[in-house]
Amino acid sequence: MADSQQTVTLTIDGQPVTVPAGTLLIEAAKQASIEVPSFCYYPGYTLQGACRMCMVSIEKMSKLQTACTTVVANGMVVNTQNAEVVNGRKAMLEFLLTNHPLDCPVCDKGGECELQDAVFRYGAAETRFVETKHHQDELKFSNLVYYDRPRCILCYRCIRVCDEGMDVNAYGIGFRGSHSEIIPNRGEELECEECGMCIDICPVGALTSGTYRYKTRPWEMEYTGTICNHCGDGCKTTLSVRNNAIIRANNRDHSGFNGEFLCAKGRFGWDFVNSEKRLTAPLVRHNGSQAASSWEDALDLTVRRLQGVMEKHGPGAVAVIGSNRTSNEENYLLQRFARTVLRTNHVDHHRTADFSTLVAALSESKATDRYATMQDLGEARSILLIGSDPTHQHPLLAFKIRQAVRDHKARLYIVNSADIKLALRQAATFVKLGAGEEAMAVRDLASGDGPEAIGSLREKLGGESDTIIIFGDEVQGDSIRELVGWGLSLPGNTRFIALGDYANSRGAADMGLLPGTLPGYQPLSSEAERSRYAAVWGAPIASEPGRNLRQILEGIEAGDIHALLVFGSNPVKTFELLREHLARLDLLMVSELFNTETTEFADVVLPAASFAEKSGSVTNTCGQVQAIKKTMRKAGTRSDLEIILGLARELGSPLAYRTAEDVLREIITHVPGYNVALPSLLVGRAVPTRPNGAPPALERNDLVISSHDTLFTSGTVSRFSWALNSVNEAKRPHGHIF
Amino acid sequence: MSDYQSYMKGSPLEVKVISARFGLPNSTSIDTFVAHDGYKGLAKAFQMGPEGVINEMKNSQLRGRGGAGFNTGLKWSFVPKQTDKPKYVVCNADESEPATCKDRPLMEYDPHQLIEGIVIAGYAIGAHQGYIYIRGEYRYLMDILDRAIAEAYARGYLGKNIQGSGFDFELCTHTGAGAYECGEETALLNSLEGLRGYPRVKPPFPAVVGVYGCPTIINNVETLCNVPHIVLKGAEWFAGLGTPKNGGTRLFCLSGHISRPGVYELPMGFPLRKMIEEVGGGIPRGKKLKSVIPGGSSCPLLSADEIDVPMDFDSLAKIGSMLGSGGVVMIDEDTCMVKVAQRIMKFYAHESCGWCIPCREGTAWLKALLDRLHGGGGLADDPDTALDASYNILGKSLCPLGDAAAMPTISIVNKFRSEFDEHVRLGACPYAGRGSGFGARGWGAA
Amino acid sequence: MLSDDLKSMFDRVIARYPLKRSAIVPLLLFAQDELGYISDEAIEEIARRVEVPPIEVVEDIGYYSMLHRHPIGKYNFQVCTNVSCQLLGGEEILAHCSKRLGIGHKQTTSDGQFSLEEVECLGACCGAPAMQVNYDFYENLTPERVDRLIEELKANGRAR
Ligand SMILES: Cc1cc2nc3c(=O)[nH]c(=O)nc-3n(C[C@H](O)[C@H](O)[C@H](O)COP(=O)(O)O)c2cc1C
Ligand code: SF4
Ligand code: FES
Repeated sequence: MADSQQTVTLTIDGQPVTVPAGTLLIEAAKQASIEVPSFCYYPGYTLQGACRMCMVSIEKMSKLQTACTTVVANGMVVNTQNAEVVNGRKAMLEFLLTNHPLDCPVCDKGGECELQDAVFRYGAAETRFVETKHHQDELKFSNLVYYDRPRCILCYRCIRVCDEGMDVNAYGIGFRGSHSEIIPNRGEELECEECGMCIDICPVGALTSGTYRYKTRPWEMEYTGTICNHCGDGCKTTLSVRNNAIIRANNRDHSGFNGEFLCAKGRFGWDFVNSEKRLTAPLVRHNGSQAASSWEDALDLTVRRLQGVMEKHGPGAVAVIGSNRTSNEENYLLQRFARTVLRTNHVDHHRTADFSTLVAALSESKATDRYATMQDLGEARSILLIGSDPTHQHPLLAFKIRQAVRDHKARLYIVNSADIKLALRQAATFVKLGAGEEAMAVRDLASGDGPEAIGSLREKLGGESDTIIIFGDEVQGDSIRELVGWGLSLPGNTRFIALGDYANSRGAADMGLLPGTLPGYQPLSSEAERSRYAAVWGAPIASEPGRNLRQILEGIEAGDIHALLVFGSNPVKTFELLREHLARLDLLMVSELFNTETTEFADVVLPAASFAEKSGSVTNTCGQVQAIKKTMRKAGTRSDLEIILGLARELGSPLAYRTAEDVLREIITHVPGYNVALPSLLVGRAVPTRPNGAPPALERNDLVISSHDTLFTSGTVSRFSWALNSVNEAKRPHGHIF
Repeated sequence: MSDYQSYMKGSPLEVKVISARFGLPNSTSIDTFVAHDGYKGLAKAFQMGPEGVINEMKNSQLRGRGGAGFNTGLKWSFVPKQTDKPKYVVCNADESEPATCKDRPLMEYDPHQLIEGIVIAGYAIGAHQGYIYIRGEYRYLMDILDRAIAEAYARGYLGKNIQGSGFDFELCTHTGAGAYECGEETALLNSLEGLRGYPRVKPPFPAVVGVYGCPTIINNVETLCNVPHIVLKGAEWFAGLGTPKNGGTRLFCLSGHISRPGVYELPMGFPLRKMIEEVGGGIPRGKKLKSVIPGGSSCPLLSADEIDVPMDFDSLAKIGSMLGSGGVVMIDEDTCMVKVAQRIMKFYAHESCGWCIPCREGTAWLKALLDRLHGGGGLADDPDTALDASYNILGKSLCPLGDAAAMPTISIVNKFRSEFDEHVRLGACPYAGRGSGFGARGWGAA
Repeated sequence: MLSDDLKSMFDRVIARYPLKRSAIVPLLLFAQDELGYISDEAIEEIARRVEVPPIEVVEDIGYYSMLHRHPIGKYNFQVCTNVSCQLLGGEEILAHCSKRLGIGHKQTTSDGQFSLEEVECLGACCGAPAMQVNYDFYENLTPERVDRLIEELKANGRAR
């Protein structure tokens, strides 16, 4: 790593350039806006010196030198343009083209190929190569990854990203010399995380995607940058759409905190959006069985039943379960709808992390600047991970942890009851616990008692500074308070990340999809906060405390809850709800993308728009807000925003918003911690939030449960992804070698 | 072990330093070795101290016999003195440069000489572990060395507290498995670490970051065999054997169209013409000499009128070639030079590790082109294309293998251009059916 | 199945290095010497012992020209045709072997006795033309010597 203390001044193409000592010449040139071409060089991964495209001439050196392996020195005089350099580049391209098929018109990479671009820019003359080219049939490494050897230029990027970036090491090199080729790790097949990073990083069309190959041409698609809808990490992705269908997802411009990263779900798992099983018309139950209906009839029936229940049993008989995948705007709107239109505080969602207690603990300690971001993690020097298995549940977060270990020699400390891969392969210290002992370990860390291993971990962390502490659902309620109290006593700027699942778990909590918590973690019990929001919403807020999810379910069982509205959630599966209980409801309305265990029992099923079909914002597990953008339309569906506004209208209490942005402006103005700069959000930045509030304590310990998703599962939607189910690894048990 | 003895034919012009013990009965045994000054250099080294040994080496003007000819003492002096890391000595016994077969007799007939050299090297730089990296094909030599190493351990010349000096040194053999590139020092290090034999980016140089990331010196077998003699008899004596900056003697392997092929120990700077005519007995069947490969197939070839040159590193560099690894190949007038170029390129294309573009693609292209040209399918532009492609490899590959492929080709095309044009014009090889092959040694043609 | 001898040899070799994976190439060659080729089992066993994923062992096998994944003949004729040998008839020796054995480059006779391979310089340049049969060198070859060698190998199993 460059030593930022000292700088070096050199001359590149007559231009003086000053950069930190230790900088590579190729990076120094980039800083001076001088382009030095390269194939094998890839920032952040080991240097190869293989493609020789980056050769430049340096005064006092007899031969051309590779800019990717040369460290700058004071007074160095570099020329990147002279005839020798230009000819050298051309020569490398001519060599590469000797065995490269000229099938650009049919190649997936045509139009976005680095080799094609280089030939266009630097020329390779007329090739003088008249010999027969090596031919080799294309190989299928997995359903998602194909390899075309003749197109491969052997830049070894795939190998490095798989090994150094992913710690999977599924690629190798076979044979030797001009017969060299990339080989997969299981005979003819890959056994890996199927992240497809290799496809993205391949500069040419040698590695291609099983879901995209030969489907279209890059210039025939429209591109929309948005946020992946699967886990809670919030990777930026570009959806490529043709004829109103998504064809590909990749982080095309490497913007966003995930850089080049996407996991299998992000890269391939969007295909649920295109699934034929999507609901495209409302379903209404008549005489026991569901049948397609018009939107009008479906909403009408819902409203009539709701009114009936409210009249007969009062507003306390209605409950709402929200989603951890829908947008902040929808979540905000939903709880407002519940509290002011339905006049019930029985709102909750499937909580996968106890964000509330983290906010409460940091707010009490006046430490609301201690939420770590994804970027912080990639640059951390010391990380403590308690519980969870980020490799499977938080692929980007795991990638960032590896990046910190690789690039910054970060010490990774892990406390876990399972032999998670990060513990075995990356950790400096791994304290292995018995099942379910994480909370106890936190207590020991905080108190200084407990077994020796914890004591010595405590000591080591005492010698670190600026530690980032990450914890899963194993740590909730009081354990979080203990952890925060102790963590803040460690040297430096300790920061925290609570790990929640799905694209907007964090946003659901932030937006107040919780019975006792108003948006921004303000307690419903506070008279002042109630009246503040009541003023914003122009309607009073009921003060009776709401029921949490478990209590709602108990209420259904006990016959106290008569109407249930469910948005993007599957409580029957998640909470093992019994069908007899549901049958007691007068109204079960579900807004969903697919038929699920819950929709099966619904009186009304509304076909919802997916993340690709609406705009808005989501908040990742670190509390960073990002915009999602509408990419396509799906006939017959409506966004939850439209559905909620429609219900309010039909109920005679129209809400004065037209678009998600209207809602967002209100959030920005009125929700503490969310005063983000709208322009930043709209240009695609991840804007950190700093919630500050006094939410009620966690009510009970069976509310916060992680889904323990794998690399190939993501609740309901992953069941409708061909890609995620097509790979062999999806069938393997958790904790397999990769 | 084999017919091999048949080519230690001997010549009165030889000056025997490292081959002096070859002819002794039981020459591989430690008793024979010790009876003939064996391990005395080591004893003296212990008296001189590490610094003293390195200085002696520098002054001796011993230059690496692996090919590049770098001053050995200087290379050793680059090893950091102050370091927490272990250091290593690696002996390069990969001997794969075509036309080179000199490390073989050194290991076959006098294995202890090599062991002694390695231990002294280890003592000089402060290493306690050595590896002898032997090409896989030389299995019988590995057996010979393993036996010698066992003897040395038994007699206290290896292991803990060698001869009461307080110095510890472990040594073992390591086999390759067929790869010329593994003779390149950084590729050798990767191979020794169990990786594919890809070269490493330099700097850092192995003296600082070598095997297992630790300071390492890598020396050729012949280089190390000289070490005990230098220590024992002094730098001045050794330097005096050769020419300025080219100390000592050298094992030259005379092969190809020569009457008395064999390995001969001659002083550095020995005149090439004399080597061919007097040591090697001239060209068989009274044929005229056409060309000479002066130091293994990586060196630019000489034409017959360039052989009045002293065989040392600097003199050959002056005429645009290299002394290389000591493999001297005589090529007679009946030989097709296009075919020589083609065969040499076939070798490099086969041995290119494939890591970097110019070498991987360039050698494969040139091989295909030369195959076609020699086979009669040549195009008028081919000779120029071959030259150009070679120049495009030259100086641009990651390791010197690319240069090694380009240099002989460039020299052959430039010096024997008319033969290339002739192939194109005729659409066939003009030498077809002529002399080369068995006839060249006077045996009946097949 | 790998023999116990081989396995104990593995242990001895691995112990020579500070990094276990250093032993991969020697172990592969020794395993091949015993088995005649490198089997899947040998790959798994070596990978396990030196603690690397099997693909890294497979990568090495692809790189080193002496290592092969399939059985070859009991006697592997490796004929050098590099310059020194070529100048003195190496190619003719190769052609002669091919004719006598009825097989080409990298082929094996149907009885599994002989394989033929054209190889690069063996380090026997002063004894050109030369070849190796397995690890044994044969130099100053003539077609007649090759014939005699084949006969002796067929009759006695080995030749001098
Ligand atoms: C492609 C290539 C192959 C080489 N093969 C050998 C070899 O077989 N034996 C050897 O001693 N040196 C070989 N060398 C030279 C080594 O890289 C290195 O310079 C040598 O081992 C240093 O030892 P020395 O200084 O004693 O000569 C080779 C170099 C290259 C570029
Ligand atoms: S890590 Fe999470 S957010 Fe990123 S691509 Fe994978 S599932 Fe999507
Ligand atoms: S980028 Fe420098 S050699 Fe490839």
